[in-house]
Amino acid sequence: MKRGRISIKSKCQTFSSHEERAKRRKSGASGFTPIPGHPGGSLEDWGNLPHHVVLQIFQHLSLVDRARASSVCRRWNDVFHIPDLWRRFEFELNQPATSYLRSTHPDLIQQIIKKHAQHLQYVSFKVDSCTESAEAACDILSQLVNCTIKTLGLISTARPSFMDVSQSHFASALTVVFVNSKSLSSIKIDDTPVDDPSLKVLVANNSDTLKLLKMSSCPHVSPAGILCVADQCHGLRELALNYHLLSDELLLALSSEKHVHLEHLRIDVVSENPGQTHFHSIKRNSWEALVRHSPKVNIVMYFFLYEEEFEPFFREETPVTHLYFGRAVSKAMLGRIGLNCPRLVELVVCANGLEPLDEELIRIAERCKSLTAIGLGECEVTCSGFVEFVKMCGGRLTQLSIMEEVLIPDSSYNVEQIHSEVSKHLGRMWFPDMMPTW
Amino acid sequence: MVVNSVHWFRKGLRLHDNPALQEALDGADTVRCVYILDPWFAGSANVGLNRWRFLLESLEDLDTSLRKLNSRLFVVRGQPTDVFPRLFKEWNVTRLTFEYDSDPYGRERDAAILKMAQDFGVETHVRNLNTLYKLDRIIEMNNNTPPLTFKRFQAIIQRLGLPKRPVPTVSRQQMESCPTDITYTHDQHYGVPSLEELGFKTHSLAPITWKGGETEALERLNRHVDKKGWLANFERPRTGADSLMASPTGLSPYLRFGCLSCRVLYFRLRELYMKVRKNHTPPLSLYSQLMWREFFYTVATNNPAFDRMEGNPICVQIPWDRNPEALAKWAEGRTGFPWIDAIMAQLKQEGWIHHLARHAVACFLTRGDLWLSWECGMKVFEELLLDADWSINAGSWMWMSCSSFFQQFFHCYCPVGFGRRIDPSGDYIRRYIPILKDYPNRYIHEPWSAPDEVQRAAHCVVGVDYPKPMLDHAQQSRLNIERMKQVYKQLSSYKGLSLLGSVSTLQEEVESSTMIDTSKAASGMNRAAMVPDSSCHSSQEATAASATATSELLPPRKRSWPMEQERHSDKCRPPKIPWCTESSPQ
Repeated sequence: MKRGRISIKSKCQTFSSHEERAKRRKSGASGFTPIPGHPGGSLEDWGNLPHHVVLQIFQHLSLVDRARASSVCRRWNDVFHIPDLWRRFEFELNQPATSYLRSTHPDLIQQIIKKHAQHLQYVSFKVDSCTESAEAACDILSQLVNCTIKTLGLISTARPSFMDVSQSHFASALTVVFVNSKSLSSIKIDDTPVDDPSLKVLVANNSDTLKLLKMSSCPHVSPAGILCVADQCHGLRELALNYHLLSDELLLALSSEKHVHLEHLRIDVVSENPGQTHFHSIKRNSWEALVRHSPKVNIVMYFFLYEEEFEPFFREETPVTHLYFGRAVSKAMLGRIGLNCPRLVELVVCANGLEPLDEELIRIAERCKSLTAIGLGECEVTCSGFVEFVKMCGGRLTQLSIMEEVLIPDSSYNVEQIHSEVSKHLGRMWFPDMMPTW
Repeated sequence: MVVNSVHWFRKGLRLHDNPALQEALDGADTVRCVYILDPWFAGSANVGLNRWRFLLESLEDLDTSLRKLNSRLFVVRGQPTDVFPRLFKEWNVTRLTFEYDSDPYGRERDAAILKMAQDFGVETHVRNLNTLYKLDRIIEMNNNTPPLTFKRFQAIIQRLGLPKRPVPTVSRQQMESCPTDITYTHDQHYGVPSLEELGFKTHSLAPITWKGGETEALERLNRHVDKKGWLANFERPRTGADSLMASPTGLSPYLRFGCLSCRVLYFRLRELYMKVRKNHTPPLSLYSQLMWREFFYTVATNNPAFDRMEGNPICVQIPWDRNPEALAKWAEGRTGFPWIDAIMAQLKQEGWIHHLARHAVACFLTRGDLWLSWECGMKVFEELLLDADWSINAGSWMWMSCSSFFQQFFHCYCPVGFGRRIDPSGDYIRRYIPILKDYPNRYIHEPWSAPDEVQRAAHCVVGVDYPKPMLDHAQQSRLNIERMKQVYKQLSSYKGLSLLGSVSTLQEEVESSTMIDTSKAASGMNRAAMVPDSSCHSSQEATAASATATSELLPPRKRSWPMEQERHSDKCRPPKIPWCTESSPQ
């Protein structure tokens, strides 16, 4: 056998002609076509590579390249379908009319459902703003019977199109996965029409394994529904929800003895009917219980309210660590934050008013000793006040993002001097954020 | 040897500080100043009319100034590649001069012309007129890569020292030594066309707010410098409703068309500052407008894909929505948010809006509310905005949509709150949306919140006389901040909780390698999806662009909304992937 003597190099030289290359492309093979007159040549070498070697190589290839390689020979085709390569998958469902993004090919989707549904473990669905895309996602979900999914993510890249799917269709699709997986640990279903019964099903089947649940802006869930999750899923470490679902009972349930330490609690506070929403308050004791049970917990709050709606918040000590104000926030509110948020790590303010926030900032520097990140846009702070703030925080400020217009020059500092003064106190080069003035 | 010069005007439409024109005149026997106009694309209704008008006025002004020097402007219709061979022969041209165009397609077009001139034995002189510095020098000083943050850019500018001094205006003596041969048919063949000739309907023309031309530019320069002198401390004035109105000292369209030399402006400001501050060195912030302009030219010059997201190495790939209806509402000022609608109305009527107004509408269209692609907004600005220039427009849109330049995205302009801050009395809104003029100050920024009696008293019921707001800002901004966070976290594989931390801070030293990494990560976002061969699409665009890169004014297209360029065209059919083959091939 002349095995090994026919080197790859000479193969390439044989193939340098145009026709050979065209022939190769036509047959769709990225490998080698059999050469007349060379029986039992290199084709066998490549095709005879052990499975685990080909598998390792395939793991470095993109899905498209793998698919092409899979049509070279039977063996490579077998490797293509090895379960290990199908653990993770992201379904991208987009319509040309509503998105610039490409979509996962429908044939591929069919193949996955047929051959690999049971291998999928880490699955996500990315859909555009078209209802059709969200419905397609639900259809796929409904077919994932016999699956052992650990991670599930439903992500809308633009408008939340899952909200347009009929609630029954959505719920039934989701419960297929909930019932069949029995080992779900991480679920992201923000902006979906998930409801209390679906959560009950989730809990009934996955209470031992559930670690992460993100369900911000799911309007069909009630506080009772989420309480059920907290009561039964004692391994829950990360939870994201809207403020109306937060209750004293929930915080106490998350702090019960059987419960693991909570790592991350994200709360979105959104104005439903401007000026008409009444926000309940959470008792100080409930917060204290949570922090006692999980001393390292991160509490992230995102506010999207009108100025008048801030009344019930931060009247007492609140253990929030990351605060974001997506609209204007009042001076008074920022003052209360300085008083009552000792655990604050990051503060981001989108907009305020026309009065300088010097006092409030200085109080925050004094009392929020863990503050390491601050972002200010559309506010006013005098340059001296700002320098004072930075002096007090010093080098612990790793993120200082201040829009240029925020800083008001005064008798001590003008715009040019501010950057060197602040850089000095921070111990690194610093500039305010700029926008083009063209 | 007889020297017959032709100076080709493109952007530097002026006689002052024009080194290229000076080269044309130097030792020449005859000189002809030409502008090449491609009127073929003009003529679609009232889109782009303001820009065309400004250009024609600038050309008229040039012609008038040249007349005083016993010469004329030759406006030649056609494309440079067709026009020049004819002119070279007809006029026995031996020397061609023009100003350097840093835009990638400009450079391509000019390279072709330079080659053609060489073939005809015509000597060529290209001079830097449009920017303060030679952009290649800036790039060189940043380790041969364009600086991607404004801070870095400024640091390099500091090291460069002063720009070249402006050269004197072309004088009558200079022109006398190289006369132009003007025939009596000049106006017929080479006159500046009118808007009607270009196919525009001019019966409903709004009065001119920004008059084109070098003369107007220089007058404005004097007023601009005078006004600055009053602010003895060069303090940043607070922006109010009057800043939003077209200013008689505004200079941006004149800089864009080159009616005003950026270097002249630079040195006038410097002179004034040093006079008032007793010889203190002026800070860079004095020239902020000029610096931004220079920055975007620099970043764009080596990047032909600068004006789009796909295939642009410095642009973050964001999954923008596609919604022609929403885009049309924004472009036509029918969003239901008076602040936004007023700005778009001013833009359409006058062709200029204040930079804060630009931020507001750009944010609204992209990352703030509508979540539409910045490319759409860029195209609308291109048609309506007088000072829109390829590099600056694209760069600004990328900046304002947080698609590049390592911008923090937390700050979002509220279409009600921001407007209220800048224009508390609502006068700006009343001026540009007359139907709302009877609304009291309290409600004019959010008319939908006014009680029924108030609406009726103001003779403008929301939903009937004025549109309802097209979205809920609170809900949208909540969704959008999450989207942006998702994009940026994926980009940098950042796992932490900090919102500010999701945008990777640029280490100045590793700037170039970060650029490469982010482009890889960004393009890797569609890993699971089939990736069609996009090379045919981009090359198509390139050839199309170079064909139209003749007139400085990118030709006014048909309305760029709702019809958009079809991205999923059949011409780019992706290679067939055998998802379903189970058997091995032959």
